[in-house]
Amino acid sequence: MVSNNLVELRDLKVAFDGIQVLHGIDLTVGRGEAIGLVGESGCGKSVTWLAALGLLPGKATVAGSVRVDGQEILGTPRSVLESVRGKRIAMIFQDPSSSLNPVLKIGRQITEALVLHRALTGQAAKAEALRLMDMVGIPDARRRFDLFPHEFSGGQCQRLMIAMALAGEPDLLVADEPTTALDATIQAQILDLLIELRAETGMATIFISHDLGAVSQVCERACVMYAGRIVEQGTIEALFDNPRHPYTRGLFDAIPRLDGPRERLIPIPGTVPHPRDLPEGCAFSPRCSHAAIDCRSRRPNLSPMDDGRLLSCFHPVSQSSDLATVAASRVAEAVA
Amino acid sequence: MLRFASIRLLRAMITILAVLTFAFVVLRMSGDPAQVMLGPDVPQESVDAFRKAWGLDQPLWIQYLAYIKAIFTGDFGVSMRDKASAMQLVIDRIPATLQLTIPALFLKVVIGIPAGVYAALHRQSAVDRGVILAAIFGFTIPSFVMGLLLVLIFSITLGLLPSGGQDTWQHGILPTLTMSIGGIGILARFSRSAMIEVMSQPYIRTASAKGMAWQDVVWRHALPNAAVPIVTIVGFMVGSLIAGAVVVESIFSWPGIGRLLVVSVTNRDLAVVQCILLMIAATMVVSNLIVDLLYGWLDPRLRAQSAH
Amino acid sequence: MISHTANAPLIEAKDLVRTYEVRQGMFGKATPVRAVDGINLTVMPGETLGVVGESGSGKSTLGRMLLGIDPSQEGETFFEGKPMPKLGTPEWRALRARMQLVYQDPLAALDRRLTIAEQIGEPLAIHKLVPKEHRGTRVAELMTAVGLRPDQADRYPHELSGGQRQRVVIARALASRPKLLVCDEPVSALDVSIQAQVVNMLRDLQEKNGIAMVFISHDLKVVRNMADRVAVMYLGRIVEEASSDVIFSAPLHPYTTALVSSVPVPGKPLKGRVILQGEPPNPANRPSGCAFHPRCPLATDICRTSVPQLRQVADGRTAACHLVVGADQPVAA
Repeated sequence: MVSNNLVELRDLKVAFDGIQVLHGIDLTVGRGEAIGLVGESGCGKSVTWLAALGLLPGKATVAGSVRVDGQEILGTPRSVLESVRGKRIAMIFQDPSSSLNPVLKIGRQITEALVLHRALTGQAAKAEALRLMDMVGIPDARRRFDLFPHEFSGGQCQRLMIAMALAGEPDLLVADEPTTALDATIQAQILDLLIELRAETGMATIFISHDLGAVSQVCERACVMYAGRIVEQGTIEALFDNPRHPYTRGLFDAIPRLDGPRERLIPIPGTVPHPRDLPEGCAFSPRCSHAAIDCRSRRPNLSPMDDGRLLSCFHPVSQSSDLATVAASRVAEAVA
Repeated sequence: MLRFASIRLLRAMITILAVLTFAFVVLRMSGDPAQVMLGPDVPQESVDAFRKAWGLDQPLWIQYLAYIKAIFTGDFGVSMRDKASAMQLVIDRIPATLQLTIPALFLKVVIGIPAGVYAALHRQSAVDRGVILAAIFGFTIPSFVMGLLLVLIFSITLGLLPSGGQDTWQHGILPTLTMSIGGIGILARFSRSAMIEVMSQPYIRTASAKGMAWQDVVWRHALPNAAVPIVTIVGFMVGSLIAGAVVVESIFSWPGIGRLLVVSVTNRDLAVVQCILLMIAATMVVSNLIVDLLYGWLDPRLRAQSAH
Repeated sequence: MISHTANAPLIEAKDLVRTYEVRQGMFGKATPVRAVDGINLTVMPGETLGVVGESGSGKSTLGRMLLGIDPSQEGETFFEGKPMPKLGTPEWRALRARMQLVYQDPLAALDRRLTIAEQIGEPLAIHKLVPKEHRGTRVAELMTAVGLRPDQADRYPHELSGGQRQRVVIARALASRPKLLVCDEPVSALDVSIQAQVVNMLRDLQEKNGIAMVFISHDLKVVRNMADRVAVMYLGRIVEEASSDVIFSAPLHPYTTALVSSVPVPGKPLKGRVILQGEPPNPANRPSGCAFHPRCPLATDICRTSVPQLRQVADGRTAACHLVVGADQPVAA
């Protein structure tokens, strides 16, 4: 039975040297959907997709289920994974300048993907590679075909990576912090490009980033991750207008604003726990202003809410946009 | 390009000159050729006559200038022992040395590099550990110990291979082996670390993510990058094709340049020693030059802008 | 420029120029490149000047020149009214106590073999500020001020998190009670929640100790929060300078407008924003006239031929653009 969903991750777990870093991720990607994966360092957002594609080093233990169009690919032999990578699911990475092979010409690196996935050779492959380079906005592609990666800027390298990723005509593009290492104006160009390409090709996108604003531009849905788990998942509107998980709320509050008055930022106290030293109960509870006794002994599961989002919290933030009134409303709840 | 090449050429010539000068001075100050050549029981007049005949009674700097002048006219001196042209003597011995060093280089490259690369791709496996161990043995055991050990095993105990001389091709086996074991170890170790370094780079992950088969990732993406440092090491090994056999030739009585060098130094046969040193310095310098150019050609990034 | 008739500027830069040689490949000839091309700026005591720009803007080079770490080929820097002494001289070294640098990578800024207490105490020893017996107390004081627990004194940098390391760097910078702190991307490598902690801490410390700050960053949002005034740099020159209240809400220079547009704002779609085309400029290949003209949506003929000067546009605002300011306006002092 061919599933309606493009990719299904079920209970995906990853451990490095016996230390659990991913604690059971459930995620469904529909055809053509754009989903953001948001979180800070160490939350596991990149590891999730590296694990799904079998790109983690050998010492990583991966368990769970990864289905592409209904077909299980986790734990399958290399050849199966190699047939999925690039052709069904393509991935681009954070530092484009070091993600391209420095001793191979860029044209060759793109045609390699074309030979692999679309059985194009010789002049046909070169023509298609040039078309892809044009599509991603590399000016004067013909002249630049035989250049090396170091002869391109960071932004251009990222465009070339995208061209290489598109070569296989994948159904899903996983973009792992694609704009983080780039200048502000170039970031905007690349985001623009991703949106445009998605509209043209209808391909699904996973956008991994710590930048909530960037995610909101590209995606319709987003998952917020913390310490190896998804803590909140929902549409962009739902998440951005009304974040309910205290961590999500904390992230929004901590970001300075470009407009409005200069105000003191509201940070999230403490630091992200090391995977080795996760606290009992909810991993966020030591830093949470909403935490109660039950948060420290039991871990909440990711459960659906009335508005369609998924939330993993016993004491979520309510509709109000002010934490002080939230505390007051909790008191009111307790009394009622 | 011209500026680059001419600077390097100038530096090369200065290096060779420095080596020659050093050898010149040290040889003359460390012993009297006359005494060594003629023996201890010879009357003083013979010694003085010998010295006068060879110009050794002149002040050092005059001897030096005469020597430099002679070199520019192609005259590299005459062997005190054989009374023949020093350079000709040296050149005659080159083939014998190359008969050892070229097969040894071949073995180093053909065994060392694949062993190191394989170990890097299968880290923490038994093969990896075996390769590291063997490599350590190879380059820590000095060649004279290795040579004597091999002679002990294969010549004396097993009686399979001859232990000295150059009579048949079997005579070349033990010396070649002795020479290559150290180099195999070094190349294996070096290739392994170069490969490990390359495999951890982001572009290897990109190649895998593209869906390339593992062998293709290794052959088409990793090896060309690992080749850059490996080729430069091999380049240096090429530089010691002539110089590298001194100890081994002595142990195995192999009539090559190394042996000639030892004999000539012992006899204070000045012209021959200087010729050999000149040859060694020249090959080293040329191979360094080639390695530099090769490096720039293999790694496109070095052809680009450099700010300082 | 804002003039404080009561106070004298803490640091003043006049016509700073920094050039260096770039060679094409192994064999090419060297061409001079102007990383900083005539910068004038002033920082008053206790105020924060934000400097924003992208790659090639020269903002990091400017930061180092203000500290006297990079030499200037032309122009001069004045600290507390006196010219900056030459790098390496005893006067320059003595001046280090009054100006400090915090930059992006705290792990690289710290010595992995010394405990954090030793490193925080180093300036006290170097400048002989506090006798040995009292150093421990002062170090504990500094650690508390930056939010570190005194019991962490014997830790090594690699045992701390990124945010904690940056706090150590800041504590060390504050040890000598400097009057000026130059921060070059101090929070860029930190997670959002930690960024907020460190930004708040910097603001508090600055207010409490009356330290002036030059805050260099590519992150407009953080600069908006930290800085009183902001200077926008492009290819070695300041293209606009104004208070942080107005520069981002009502930018004048087309580049500033583009920078502001490039910041993704949740809820506002990309359409309708100015997306700048082209690449960040290469200082080795400086365009003629206004350096921004190849990418400027409003460029006209004069922009291609004539370099715009930084002129006073309004009270406390300057901009370097032919289209913003008429030719009759005075050149900024």
